[in-house]
Amino acid sequence: MTESYAPPLLEVVGPTSGALLRRRIFTHKGLLIGSTLLTIVLLLALLAPLIAPHDPYAQDLTQRMIPPLWSEKGTWAHVLGTDNLGRDYLSRVIYGARISLLIGFAVMVISGLIGAALGLAAGYFGGRTDMVVTFFITIRLAMPVILVALAVVAMVGGSLWVVVLVLGLLKWDRFAVVMRAATQQVRSLDYVTAAAATGASTPRIIVGEVLPNVLPQLIVVASVEAASAILLEAALSFLGLGVQPPLPSWGLMIAEAKAYMFFSFWLIAIPGTALALLVLAINMVGDGIRDVSAPSGRG
Amino acid sequence: MLAFATKRFGLALLVAVTVSALAFLLLRASGDVAIALAGEGARAEDIESIRRIYGLDRPLLVQYFDWLWKMVHGDFGESLYFKTEVWPLVMEKLPTTMLLAVFSLTFALAVSIPLGILAAVYPNSWIDRLCLALAVVGQAMPNFFFALILIMVLAVSLHWLPVSGSESWAHFVMPTITLGYYIAPVFMRLVRAGMIEVLASDYVRTARAKGLSQTSIILKHALRNALVPIVALSAVQLGLLLGGSVVIETIFALDGAGFLAYQSITHKDLPVTQALLTLLSILYVGLILIADIANAWLDPRIRVG
Repeated sequence: MTESYAPPLLEVVGPTSGALLRRRIFTHKGLLIGSTLLTIVLLLALLAPLIAPHDPYAQDLTQRMIPPLWSEKGTWAHVLGTDNLGRDYLSRVIYGARISLLIGFAVMVISGLIGAALGLAAGYFGGRTDMVVTFFITIRLAMPVILVALAVVAMVGGSLWVVVLVLGLLKWDRFAVVMRAATQQVRSLDYVTAAAATGASTPRIIVGEVLPNVLPQLIVVASVEAASAILLEAALSFLGLGVQPPLPSWGLMIAEAKAYMFFSFWLIAIPGTALALLVLAINMVGDGIRDVSAPSGRG
Repeated sequence: MLAFATKRFGLALLVAVTVSALAFLLLRASGDVAIALAGEGARAEDIESIRRIYGLDRPLLVQYFDWLWKMVHGDFGESLYFKTEVWPLVMEKLPTTMLLAVFSLTFALAVSIPLGILAAVYPNSWIDRLCLALAVVGQAMPNFFFALILIMVLAVSLHWLPVSGSESWAHFVMPTITLGYYIAPVFMRLVRAGMIEVLASDYVRTARAKGLSQTSIILKHALRNALVPIVALSAVQLGLLLGGSVVIETIFALDGAGFLAYQSITHKDLPVTQALLTLLSILYVGLILIADIANAWLDPRIRVG
């Protein structure tokens, strides 16, 4: 669509904006490293049944607490060792990626829909709508996420979907704040006024004119929120009030290994590192998208 | 200034009342309190009698106002698990959590302000890049995982610090680091951005032209102005630290309100959970109010706009 609007002269003079964008993407180290890492985790999660060497739930009490390959007693049969129930740790870590990614994605979608809708409405309509939304945001910010999530999960009972729903309904605040500010900026620009002048309906202006122009900010918040949701799920599961056993949530694996931490710290270090790497990858992609979409706004 | 403060105070009060109602409704909607009170395997008639004794058969709105009325008069009810009054119990634990929050904030500022200044004075240097890398890695690290690493290194291997408990100042060191490192990157980015902006301003150029030394310019002229937004952010982060203390206090068995919250939640001790949720929210609202007023005092433009 952009090509049809671009005057032909530009292509003769210099590279198109698309080419410039592509160049920015492929020279941004953080974005490249982050997206490579994220792709690897994504592939591991999607292809888990093909890649995992063992059934992540299969217990073998004769094969308990085998250390990983790099220690003296390690074996090739269990590259990352086994846990206290003799389950293959590598398989559990691989299947754990599914849980973290699912949580990150689902919470991002739910909270993103709520927050973006509120923020767009507040920024576009202003006035009373803005006041009400701002009040909602203030209320939400006053309630500590982890405390509310823990309390609700304890009352309702922990499961993957309860965690997704609770976090999704809690974490929309940053979406709303950023979308509100971004919409306020875009709203007064000429092309929005022009669209209104041509008689475009309000929903059409919001979806067709405002939304595409606040999309970069939306994507950056989405990445931050996905990462934060993954960390929160891990923390909830670590405290025993999140995803329930025997699901191989990385946070839960750390909790289960806590009793053995003094002698077998690798049981904690492996899922912990996996968690940190995934969050790092998502953050790097988010930062990268921010830099690439607004090259002057760095720093 | 007074009009501004009054308006903000009114709004904060409205927020506090709404939050207390929401906290009440949320916990009531999440499960049947009577069943939680009666414990598992209770008979149906026992649950019914508990419902009557605790007044849980009344309309929700009546229950809420009853609870609010008592709370305003300092009566938070009795803990189901600890078998004591809620108010003294919470007041006994709250200072530990506030102390931890203040320590963590101080730690975060002590790390982030010097690093932020260095990164701003030498932008795109190796120091800047190192700071950025530290910030990115720091924010990716799950804090409970970091806490366990600290325990392994500082307590188990080196025997420098106690593993858990809250008997001495030494027990605060690891919780402080764990809570503090996580918010440090936010401050560092803000200090860096603020300093870069201020260092490019006209009055800094004037100061340079007068022949002032680099140290004097940075510390006396630039830093003071770059720190204004830090005040507001500090209040917000302090509020977030109160919530974050739940995980950290639980790991280190630090006997504060966060650990109490965890214990009350796992034992379905609703009066304590509700009191803590409400109090921590109100504390946050209060901190935001202070930040707003401090900001307006520091920067008169805010008062008008």
